[in-house]
Amino acid sequence: MSKIRSDYEKTLWRKIVRFVNGEKDFFDEQSGFDVESEELESRKHNNFFEETEWKKKKVQITELIEERSEETDRRAIKLYEKFYRLFAVITCVAIIAILLATVTNLPDYGDASNPANNEVSKKYIEDGIKDTGAVNIVAGMILDYRAFDTLGESHVLFIAAVCVMILLKIDPDSEKGKRFINLENDRAYEPKNDPILAWATRILVPLIITFGIYIIVNGHLSPGGGFSGGAIIGAGLILYLNAFGFKKTERFFTQKTFSVVSVSALLFYSVSKTYAFFTGANGLHSFISKGTPGDILSSGLILPLNICVGAVVACTMYSFYGMFRKGGL
Amino acid sequence: MEFCTNFPMFSIIACLMCGVVCSVLKKNPARYLTYTLLTVLLILSSGVLAYTLKIDGCFIYRMGHFGAPFGNELRAGVLEGVLAVFFSVIMFLSVLAGEKHIFEDVEDSKINLYYTLICLMMSSLLALTYTNDIFTAYVFVEINTITAAGLVAVMGNGRAYFSSVKYMIMSLLGSGLLLIGITLLYDVTGHLLLSDIKNAVNTIVIKEYTEPFTIIIALITIGLSIKSALFPFHSWLPDAHTASTISSSAILSSLVLKAYIVLLIKIFYRAIGREVVLETGVNDIIFVFGIMAMIFGSVFAIAQKDVKRMTAYSSVAQIGYIFMGLGIGNEAGIVAAVFHIFAHGATKSMIFTSLGGIKEVSGHSTKLEAIKGAGFRNKVAGVSFAVGAFSMVGIPFFPGFVSKINFADAAAEAGSTKMIVILVALAISTVLNCLYFFRALIALYTPVSNAAGELKEEVDNTRPTLKYIMAMAFFIAFNIFAGTFSDMIIKLINKGLTMFS
Amino acid sequence: MQAVIDYISSNLFEGVAIILFGIGFTTLFLHPNLIKKIMGLNIMDSSVYLFLAAKGYVFGRKAPIVVDGITEMESYINPIPTGLVLTGIVVSVSVTAVMLALTIRLYWRYHTLEMDEIMQIIRKEGK
Repeated sequence: MSKIRSDYEKTLWRKIVRFVNGEKDFFDEQSGFDVESEELESRKHNNFFEETEWKKKKVQITELIEERSEETDRRAIKLYEKFYRLFAVITCVAIIAILLATVTNLPDYGDASNPANNEVSKKYIEDGIKDTGAVNIVAGMILDYRAFDTLGESHVLFIAAVCVMILLKIDPDSEKGKRFINLENDRAYEPKNDPILAWATRILVPLIITFGIYIIVNGHLSPGGGFSGGAIIGAGLILYLNAFGFKKTERFFTQKTFSVVSVSALLFYSVSKTYAFFTGANGLHSFISKGTPGDILSSGLILPLNICVGAVVACTMYSFYGMFRKGGL
Repeated sequence: MEFCTNFPMFSIIACLMCGVVCSVLKKNPARYLTYTLLTVLLILSSGVLAYTLKIDGCFIYRMGHFGAPFGNELRAGVLEGVLAVFFSVIMFLSVLAGEKHIFEDVEDSKINLYYTLICLMMSSLLALTYTNDIFTAYVFVEINTITAAGLVAVMGNGRAYFSSVKYMIMSLLGSGLLLIGITLLYDVTGHLLLSDIKNAVNTIVIKEYTEPFTIIIALITIGLSIKSALFPFHSWLPDAHTASTISSSAILSSLVLKAYIVLLIKIFYRAIGREVVLETGVNDIIFVFGIMAMIFGSVFAIAQKDVKRMTAYSSVAQIGYIFMGLGIGNEAGIVAAVFHIFAHGATKSMIFTSLGGIKEVSGHSTKLEAIKGAGFRNKVAGVSFAVGAFSMVGIPFFPGFVSKINFADAAAEAGSTKMIVILVALAISTVLNCLYFFRALIALYTPVSNAAGELKEEVDNTRPTLKYIMAMAFFIAFNIFAGTFSDMIIKLINKGLTMFS
Repeated sequence: MQAVIDYISSNLFEGVAIILFGIGFTTLFLHPNLIKKIMGLNIMDSSVYLFLAAKGYVFGRKAPIVVDGITEMESYINPIPTGLVLTGIVVSVSVTAVMLALTIRLYWRYHTLEMDEIMQIIRKEGK
């Protein structure tokens, strides 16, 4: 009975009635319609997005700007805006014109005798399977022939995660952090426990993650690989988080999970590549066998490296989202 | 000794691994791991240098089982060895000298991440020094950009975020131009390894694709000069240097900007060929902007009231020197430019770190009026600032003097117009340097009688730490060494440049 | 007229890529709004990848994944640009993430996304 009652309380009609009666602010109610009233109270006191302070600051800032732009500056700004438009058009047209003129003199599109189709790509295609064991020549190229680029690239992603952490991570123990965080209320402005979202997520997320794993594991056999598969898994995790909130995801994904997974994957990557570079450069025999091309367990290091890269990418994507949303995982 | 050929690869991967490990350590282990790493890097780089000197040539290190033109390559010669040693030393000293400030400025839970950035920054510097592959260079350029932005933003105040965004935007414009330049270059040559690109350039590109090739050189040059803050693109530099903690300022100014210049020299020499660059006239454009940077950078520096900002503008001027040297177009000009990379790197990092010490005893400000008498309050910082100022102005026995002499020598070999322009610009720039550096120096050693008593108590808890004193002593020694034994360094640079292409 | 048609038919992908590059570059360079700057950055990077992909294509050839054991060069397009695009995409994702994080921070601090307004506020505060 009480359930029906509370459901009734939540209906739009009921809300409009209460709004008309002056009991509740319609928009405020709507913005956080599932937030308990004391929670709402604590948000007002505690949340980073403190509205009064926010407004005060906003006013202060507009004042600052207006004050500044009162006299001669206003004219300068107008001039700047005009100049900006003109300059933007000129830059854009100039760059496009120069480069378009350059493009006409380049090798033709789709011509087989272009300089780029030389002995290098020939070797990659013709000896790719023999050298790397990967049916997907691109995977063989980026993870074996040109592995150093890819090593740098996966660290670029890690560095980006570190930078985002430096910028947005909120330390819950510190003085400043306590002001920022209201962990329960990170969804104060969003609907919670939306049934459609929840059910769609329950059906989709397993599929998405399975598909991501398939793409990673088959990276050396078919289109895809660590990066694309990792991004898909990351997207699945983000969807799950959106549907069920941080409390549920914290059961299996915390800051510690992120550190452990990405650090061990990157270290494995570095160590195995060091081995490969070392044996390669010194002409030593590498004990890693290539297997039968076309099998899942083939092509030497490419499969484990794809898995590592996939793990790193999935964790990083999820951590980006977590950091953007509430400054932590 | 043969084993030394592995050292470049080991040092790059060691940096990457230490960076990754630092991110999960607590702050103190992360700090000591970084120091250990930098010491090891110094040893490894010295090994590379010794080996290249012994074989009197360069060696190519194959990254993987497939040699050129199929796989990635590292290539090390004398110049790369010297650069690697230099980068490790300066990085170590900058981090050591700024340690106290890092612990004060950076939020407590993020100090280990700061050291992560330092390690990864080091990996990108070394990779840019050693790599022989243009696309690897692009990837590590991006690593360098992101870490540098992180090093600025780590201060955690609005100004730092703003400078960091500004830096990122300018840098990304540079990266975009560099990337499309690399793409076009790949399209007309079909190679990504620098030496193979040069072969292709000499055989087909010059005849068939002359116009695109000029544009390609221009794109790559503009891209890298935006990233290294050449004059019209310098606007991000003073903000970024002023807003960051002193280690970051020192690293940004002495290492980050220099790495891009090293890459540019490498592309000019190894991928395109110096004669081709001379034909296209790109070097004349660099020359003009270099001269403008020398003068305008100094003029802007005079207008500053904040000594840190003034030093940052002085960096703009010094970058102008380097580009001017590249633009002269003769061998001597490039030698002078490379020597100035060392000279400016050694001196500017010292000036920035000494400003950290000065800031402590001047009420956390580097304004000209605030630092009055700071030379008496923090003697080490005062002396090292003085040494740095002497070097930048061009007093004999300091590296700045030697580079000025070198530039003048190079000018004498150039054509008459260029010679006159260079000599006049050098003269003007020296006078302007004198003006602003001596103004700061005089302020530093102006006795402040009444304030001295008040500041007495403060001095006790802002006494420089042993690490700071050691780092500054090494800095001073390093500078005096670079100034007095410049012949030896120039000989090494000459040797390195002959085996560079 | 004929020249224009020839140009378009022979350089369609490169031309479009270049135009996008110009638009992205200009937006990143000159637009005052930070979010639009980031959009410009992404347009610029994507245009380079389009360019690379167009340059790797060869008429009548397939994606470089070996099918039925055929390993002749004549059957597959050039794999190198594809690999470079893969590497490049990851780099641009990372850069975008860092830029967005910085933007969020700046918005928390200054409550605006316009670079020139932020600059004015900073100048005002500095005085």
